[in-house]
Amino acid sequence: MTAPQVVQRRPAIARLAYGEWSVLWRPRAVLASGLVVLAMLVFALVQLCTGDYPMTPGEVFGTLSGRGAAAQEFVIYNLRLPRLLTAALVGLALGASGAIFQSVTRNPLGSPEIMGFTMGASAGAVATVLVLGGQELAGMGGALVGGFVTAAVVYRLAYRGGGVQGFRLILVGVAATALLDSLVSYLLLRARLQDAEGAYTWLVGSLNGADWQQVQIIGLTVAVMIVPVLAIGNQMRLLEMGDDLAQGLGVRVAVTRRRLLVIGTVLCAGAVATAGPIAFVALAAPQIMRRLTGGSVSIVPAALMGALILIVGDLAAQQIWPDTQMPVGIPTLCIGGTYLAWLLYQQSRASRL
Amino acid sequence: MTTDLQTQPPPGNRLRAHDLKLQYGERVVAENLSIDIPDHSLTMIVGPNACGKSTLLRSLARLLAPNHGSVVLDGQDISRYPSKEVARRLGLLPQTSIAPDGITVADLVARGRFPHQKFLRQWSTDDDVAVTAALERTNTADLASRFVDELSGGQRQRVWLAMALAQETPLLLLDEPTTYLDIAHQVEVLDLCAELQESGERTVVVVLHELNLAARYATHLIAMRAGQVVAQGAPKEIVTPELIESVYHLRCSIIDDPETGTPLVVPAARRSAPRVRES
Ligand SMILES: Nc1ncnc2c1ncn2[C@@H]1O[C@H](COP(=O)(O)OP(=O)(O)OP(=O)(O)O)[C@@H](O)[C@H]1O
Ligand SMILES: [Mg+2]
Repeated sequence: MTAPQVVQRRPAIARLAYGEWSVLWRPRAVLASGLVVLAMLVFALVQLCTGDYPMTPGEVFGTLSGRGAAAQEFVIYNLRLPRLLTAALVGLALGASGAIFQSVTRNPLGSPEIMGFTMGASAGAVATVLVLGGQELAGMGGALVGGFVTAAVVYRLAYRGGGVQGFRLILVGVAATALLDSLVSYLLLRARLQDAEGAYTWLVGSLNGADWQQVQIIGLTVAVMIVPVLAIGNQMRLLEMGDDLAQGLGVRVAVTRRRLLVIGTVLCAGAVATAGPIAFVALAAPQIMRRLTGGSVSIVPAALMGALILIVGDLAAQQIWPDTQMPVGIPTLCIGGTYLAWLLYQQSRASRL
Repeated sequence: MTTDLQTQPPPGNRLRAHDLKLQYGERVVAENLSIDIPDHSLTMIVGPNACGKSTLLRSLARLLAPNHGSVVLDGQDISRYPSKEVARRLGLLPQTSIAPDGITVADLVARGRFPHQKFLRQWSTDDDVAVTAALERTNTADLASRFVDELSGGQRQRVWLAMALAQETPLLLLDEPTTYLDIAHQVEVLDLCAELQESGERTVVVVLHELNLAARYATHLIAMRAGQVVAQGAPKEIVTPELIESVYHLRCSIIDDPETGTPLVVPAARRSAPRVRES
């Protein structure tokens, strides 16, 4: 048996080889991702320790390994762990879908919230809850349906000359967002006050009251998408060099792009169905990671960064405003909004937009 | 079935196109266009702007499906191959290419290996050898760790060429590989094309605007105008003042290249031939 060995010949091409098998990796991307995972673990531990019922890290580990008191078990297993896992998984899904859409549109603004899918999912949920009078689970279904229908309509309108064009997707998406926004406002205005309050959770993403059911939904979404995401990464990278070049290298351009759009839509819709439209994570995570790793947007690092942002954001929401049930969408909106402003400023300076 | 084709070369040249009709939407660029790329040749395609050279190259590489007719690669319609199989036999360097932000030269050139890679076998010694050789042949080895978007136009052009070389295809189509290059680098790139062809492993097709260089380097020259092949053959036989006049509407005289004896096109001086250039 040969041990896995790292072979590095040139600065930018490193591979991990094991017998016949070998995978390419970029040292800087792996390093950055490793640091993000480390930070995630630290903040996760902080999250498990803090709250109305503070625990020491020792107690947390004890409880996780089955040696905790009943109260501790209740707090960890029923309250904090599902909430933490939901945050991490939703963050993974949002970060990954953001990376996919930004790559397909070749535009850092090409994230699901700008392209209308997030709003579509919200509108679906709000309509289900207010018009059909559904409960939480129905709201989730509505979000999934809303997200997919919006995506289908946006793709259809952006389709021209045998393919979907990145910039058209963004333009059509912005228009769709505006339309759906006014639809949601209309529905909320017509609704009774307490109904409207319930529907409102679907307009600002929140992890309040996240339980194992949420973990299951988003966990399943992420699990199903892992293999397709890993398998399509290289093709996605080649697509960024233009259709002609990618196809010249043997990438089936139209098929690959369609698959990417489906994967991105599923991940985004799953995230919104679980936790509502958490703002700007999909937009900011891939770009922050791109700056840390160098190179272009890639899915796995972006997904990890998304998870980190959401864990930190949720912790902030709980810590800074402990008595208010502050939805996690607010801190992510602050982080992401600041980031977006900075991005636009940078781009206008480089006059690339 | 495809392995059969590799072991027993079918009769005729590896890359042919028969009776093509090429169009973008409603705009017809070429009709009844047939072309045969001689094996082991350095074929140069010349012709005025917008006559359809790039379009022809795109259809030969299956980037553009003909509305009529077919492109035949190794005896079989090119549209019937799996994409990666085409990419292992035929490489294309498009006229313009965009490098993603923040990618290094080595990274970009390595992408040329994609058709040879598998999901769990992404990088082999062959890949290493091919990338190193491509970098060296294009004089870009010392740029390997630089970022592509920080290179000069000419350096970038050579990096793209390195990527196409790393693909290691027996057929190589290059669309204006010498744009942006100074005269020394132009000659270097064309020398490289000649070397590739002379080594006997590759058939190289180049679209070129430099008539005199095309005539010097081509073993087979194809002159196009308005989507049609006007003349083809050895440069010495086909390059005449009449041909240049009919292809470019340009009066000229032809002399022998003092270095190689190939035809040298000397445009008529303005004084002796005052005329308004057609567009
Ligand atoms: N994507 C496209 N959509 C529509 N028309 C196109 C497209 N690409 C090229 N054309 C048109 O097809 C014709 C042939 O273009 P092509 O690019 O093949 O010319 P060319 O011979 O390569 O010219 P050049 O020497 O300038 O590169 C032109 O009239 C051009 O306007
Ligand atoms: Mg051209």
